[in-house]
Amino acid sequence: MISLPPLAYADLQPLLPELFLLAMAGIILLLDTALSPANRYVSYLLTLATLAGCTWLTLPHLGAAPATALYGMFIEDPLAAVSKLVLYIAVAATLTYARDYLKERNLYRGEFFVLALFALLGMMVMISAYHFLMLYLGLELMSLSLYALVALQRDSAAASEAAMKYFVLGAIASGMLLYGMSMIYGVTGTLYLGQMRSVLQMGAFPSLPLVFGLVFLVAGMAFKLGVVPFHMWVPDVYEGAPTAVTLFLGSAPKLAALVFVLRVLVWGLEPLFIDWQQMLIVLAILSMAIGNITAIAQTNLKRMLAYSTIAHMGFMLLGVLAADRVGYGAALFYAIAYLIMSLAAFGMILLLSRAGFESDRLEDFKGLNARSPWLAFLMLLTMFSMAGIPPTVGFYAKLAVLEAVVNQGYVWIAVAAVMFSLIGAFYYLRVVKLMYFDAPEQSSEISAGADVRLVLSVNGLALLLLGILPAPLMNLCLYALKASL
Amino acid sequence: MNFQAALFYFFAAILLGAGLRVIIARNPVHAALYLVLAFFSAASLWMLLEAEFLAIVLVLVYVGAVMVLFLFVVMMLDIDPDRLRQNVWRYLPVALPVALLIAVEMVLILGARYFAAAPAPAPLPAGYSNTKALGEVLYTQYVYAFEVAAVILLAAIVAAIALTMRRRKDSKYIDPARQVRVHKEDRLRVLKMKVSRYGEEMHDHDAPHGGADAASSSGER
Repeated sequence: MISLPPLAYADLQPLLPELFLLAMAGIILLLDTALSPANRYVSYLLTLATLAGCTWLTLPHLGAAPATALYGMFIEDPLAAVSKLVLYIAVAATLTYARDYLKERNLYRGEFFVLALFALLGMMVMISAYHFLMLYLGLELMSLSLYALVALQRDSAAASEAAMKYFVLGAIASGMLLYGMSMIYGVTGTLYLGQMRSVLQMGAFPSLPLVFGLVFLVAGMAFKLGVVPFHMWVPDVYEGAPTAVTLFLGSAPKLAALVFVLRVLVWGLEPLFIDWQQMLIVLAILSMAIGNITAIAQTNLKRMLAYSTIAHMGFMLLGVLAADRVGYGAALFYAIAYLIMSLAAFGMILLLSRAGFESDRLEDFKGLNARSPWLAFLMLLTMFSMAGIPPTVGFYAKLAVLEAVVNQGYVWIAVAAVMFSLIGAFYYLRVVKLMYFDAPEQSSEISAGADVRLVLSVNGLALLLLGILPAPLMNLCLYALKASL
Repeated sequence: MNFQAALFYFFAAILLGAGLRVIIARNPVHAALYLVLAFFSAASLWMLLEAEFLAIVLVLVYVGAVMVLFLFVVMMLDIDPDRLRQNVWRYLPVALPVALLIAVEMVLILGARYFAAAPAPAPLPAGYSNTKALGEVLYTQYVYAFEVAAVILLAAIVAAIALTMRRRKDSKYIDPARQVRVHKEDRLRVLKMKVSRYGEEMHDHDAPHGGADAASSSGER
C-alpha cells in the first residue's frame, strides 16, 4: 500500500491563483442569484476584480524556478506564469468589449461571467498540468464551459447549431486524445509528463505503438486547435456563436491550446520529436494553404476571421515544429501576438454592432473612415498586423517563427509559408480598401462607452508598439521557455 | 484455458455482441436495453480483475440511474428509426471500406508483436479491499484531479440550468415568500355601511359588491 505524506499548506501555495479564481467564481455564482438585472454590473466588476486578484497572485511565480505540487500533478513555472498573465488580460478585455453586446441581446447574465471564469480555470489547469489526466480534465472544463457559452443565446437557431457541432466534434477530439494517451501510457507505463520524458530518453521502446498513440494525440490536439484537416467546425462555430462568445473562444483558448501542445509534445514526448515534427509539417502547410485561400471567398467577417484563425494556427505550429527552445519561444510570441490581434478584430465588430445589427458582414465596414477615422485606423492596424505588414507585431511574429524554421534547415517550409501569407494579405487589405475607399452604407452614430473605446485603442496601439519594440515580449517568451525547460 | 479465462471470453463475447446490437438495433428501446447488457458484461469483466467497487458502481450508476433515465427519454421522444436510417445506405459504400481499412491497420500495428499479453499479476491476498485502495489514492495522490472533476460537474450544472431554465409567461407560479408576507389589509377591505331599515335596504341591492365586501358587510350586521 502506498503511503503519501498528507497535504500541507505549502503544497497548496502554487495553486493560489486557481483556488482564488474558483472561490470567486462560487461567490459570483451565489451573489448573482440575489442581484436584480439593474445591478448586474456588480457581477461584472467582481469578475474583473477576480482577474486582478489572480494577476497579483500569479506575478510572484514569474521569476520562480519550476516547482511541482500536489504529488507532481501540478507544475508552476515561468511558462505557466506568463501564459496565465496574458490570459487574465485577454479575458478582462473580452468582458469589457462584450458588455454592451450582451446587454442588447439579453445575454448579460451571471452565468456568462461564471462560465467564462470556469473556462479560464480550465485553461489554467491545462497550462499547469504535469500529468496526462490533468491535461485532459483542464481541457474538458474549458471545452464544456465554451460549449455552454456558444449555446447561451437560446432563441438563435444558428447559435444552437454551432454549439451542437462544437460539442459533437469536441467530444470526438477528446475521445481521440484519450485513446492516444492510453496507448502512450500502455507503452511507457506512466502518465506523469516528467517521468514519461525520462523513460523515453532511455529508449528501448518499440517505436511503432508509440507513434500509433502519438497520431491520435496529435489528431486530438489538431481538432482543438482547429487546424486542417480537423478544422471543419471552426467557421461554423465562429459564425454561429454570438460575437461576444466568438471573441472569447477565438482568443484565450488559442494560447492555452498552444501551451497544451507544448506540454504534451515537448515536456512529455520530446524524445519522439522526429515523429511529431513530420505530422506538424503536414498540418501547418495544409492549414496555411486552405485557411488563406478559403478566406478570400468569404463575405462574412466572422467567417473570414475563422479561416484566418486556421491559417494563423498553422503558422504558429511552424514554431513548434522547429523543435528547439527558440522555436517554442517564437510560437509562444506568435500566440500572444495573435491573441492581441484577434481581440482587436472581434472587439471592433462588437463595438460597431448594436441591438438588431451584428455588423459582421464585410459591407458593414464600408466607409468606416468617413464615420470614425480613429476606429478605421485601429482596424487598419489590426488588418495590417494579421497580414504581417511591418511595423506591426504580426510582421515580427511571422519573422520570428520563420527564422526558427529556417535555422532548422526547412527553407522550403518558410518559402511556402511566405507564399501563403502573400495570398492571405489580399483579404485583409480588402477590408482596408472597403473602409477607406468605399462610400458608407451605414450612417448611424457609433454608440460605445468611453471605457470600451479606451481599451480598444490601447489594444490597437499595442499592435503597433509591440511591432516597433518587440524585444521585451520576445525576451519574456524566450525566458519563459528557457527557465521552464 | 482455465476457468477464469473461459469466463473472460464468455463475458467479452457478450459485451461485443451487445455493443454491436446497440448500433444496429432497429428499435431505439432495444438499443438502450442492449447497452444495459453491455454495461453488465463490462462490470463482470471488472469483477474478474478484482475491481469490485468499479463493477458495482458501473451497475448502480449507469444501469440503475443513467440508463433508466435514458430509456425514459427514448420512450418519450418520437424517434422514427427508418428516417434516421435513410442516410446509412448512401454513406455505407464509403464508410465501410474506410472503417475496414482502419481496423486492418490497427490490427497490423497492435498485433501480438508489441502488445503481447503481460504475465498475469499474482492474485491479491484475501483481505485486500479494492474499494479501500481506490479511496486512498483518490483522496491523496489524485486529490487534484478529483477536485477538478468536481468543478467540471459544477460547470455542467450551471450550464444545464442556464441553457434550459426559462420562466413561462402563463405559469401559475406562486412565490411563497410573497405569500407569507401578505397582510390582511392587502386582501380585505372593510366597508362601513350605513345602518338602514328593512325597506331602504331593498333599494341598495343593485349596488355591485365583491365576495370580500359581501362577507365584511354581513359580518358588520
